[in-house]
This record gives sequence, structure tokens and C-alpha cells, in this order.
Amino acid sequence: MAMYQTRQLTEQAYDAIRLKMRSLTTAGLIFGTLTGFSACVQVSAPDKPIVINLNINIKQEVVYRLDGDAKSLINEEADIF
Amino acid sequence: MFDHAKKNKALAVIGGLILTAVVAVPVMAQRDPAYEAARSSGVIGEKPDGYLGYVTSPSPAIKALVEDINIKRKAAYTRKAQETNSTVEQFAFTSGCNLIVRTVPGEKYQTPSGTWNTRDSSAPVRDSRCP
Repeated sequence: MAMYQTRQLTEQAYDAIRLKMRSLTTAGLIFGTLTGFSACVQVSAPDKPIVINLNINIKQEVVYRLDGDAKSLINEEADIF
Repeated sequence: MFDHAKKNKALAVIGGLILTAVVAVPVMAQRDPAYEAARSSGVIGEKPDGYLGYVTSPSPAIKALVEDINIKRKAAYTRKAQETNSTVEQFAFTSGCNLIVRTVPGEKYQTPSGTWNTRDSSAPVRDSRCP
């Protein structure tokens, strides 16, 4: 009998602790969700593919400057072009 | 009087040299028939970087032909890059712009996105930096 009572008391204590923990968890979850929503930065994936241009060292102005020389080279060495 | 004659002689020599260059070059520089055939059949094509590329997996003969031409092209680009105070890549790229424009309908060229297109009567798809 005494043994049974002791066990019941222990169970009661555990129940109380469990209840407290549960409410703390719930509060934490609500708090977390709220702060999560308010501080969330919406990032959407771009619809165009990301292209990394490796030819960045070739500028349009350089291409325009060299255009005449390129044309004459193609005419001069027509066997390889 | 002697000066005058000397000047005329020099002018004649220069004129002769220019004439030789103008007349001789188009006769000398002709595409190899195998190269011409590979181009028109669409096995190889012009890339935006100024070199030839394989559209389909090449035979050993085609591979050797393309490698040989690309080595010669690189040598020419290197020489011209030095003359124009630019980099080999810059000169090769500028040449690539021109070489793609010069493809004739039926020949292949590579677009900036990497796909091989068959040239038709419309303007080819080229890099935005091309003149």
C-alpha cells in the first residue's frame, strides 16, 4: 500500500512536470512561429538561368577596335578560315 | 635628276609589291577541299571563340584537319594580337564574330549559349559584343 502511494505521488509529480513542459513547448512554438513570420525575408528563385560570363575581359570597345584587323587577317589567310 | 629617277624606281618597286600581294594572295589562299567538304556537310562549324568545333563526333581525319587549322589560327591570332596590342583571346573572339557572319547557308555555327545552329539566309545568333 505504501509502495503504491509512493508510486502514485511520483506519477503525479511527473504529470505536473510534463504539463509544464508541454505548455512551455507550446509557448515556445507559438513565439517561434510568430517571430519567424515577422522576420522572414521572402526569397524567390529567379526565373532566368544564372549565366556566369567568363569572357568578361573581352570588352565591346576592344572588339570594335580589332574588327578591321580581324577582317583583313581572314582575307589574308583564307585557307585556314 | 638622279633623285627623281631614284624616287620613281622606289615607287615602281613598291607598286609592284602591292600588285603582287593583291594578285597572289587570293590565288594562294584557298581552302583545302576536305576542309570545305567538312564545313558544308555540317560535321564541323565555327565557334564564337574564333576556332573550329565539332558538331558531331569527328573521324580521325576530320579531327586532324580541325586541330591543324586551329593551331594555325592560334598562331595567326597570336601574331595579330601582338601587332594590335591586344590579347590572343580578344583577337580570336573578334575574328569569331566575323567568321560566323561569313558562314554560308547550310554551314554550322555555335551560338553564345553553346547550341549548334545551321546558317540560313537570316542573320546568325552572335554574342552581343560582336560589331
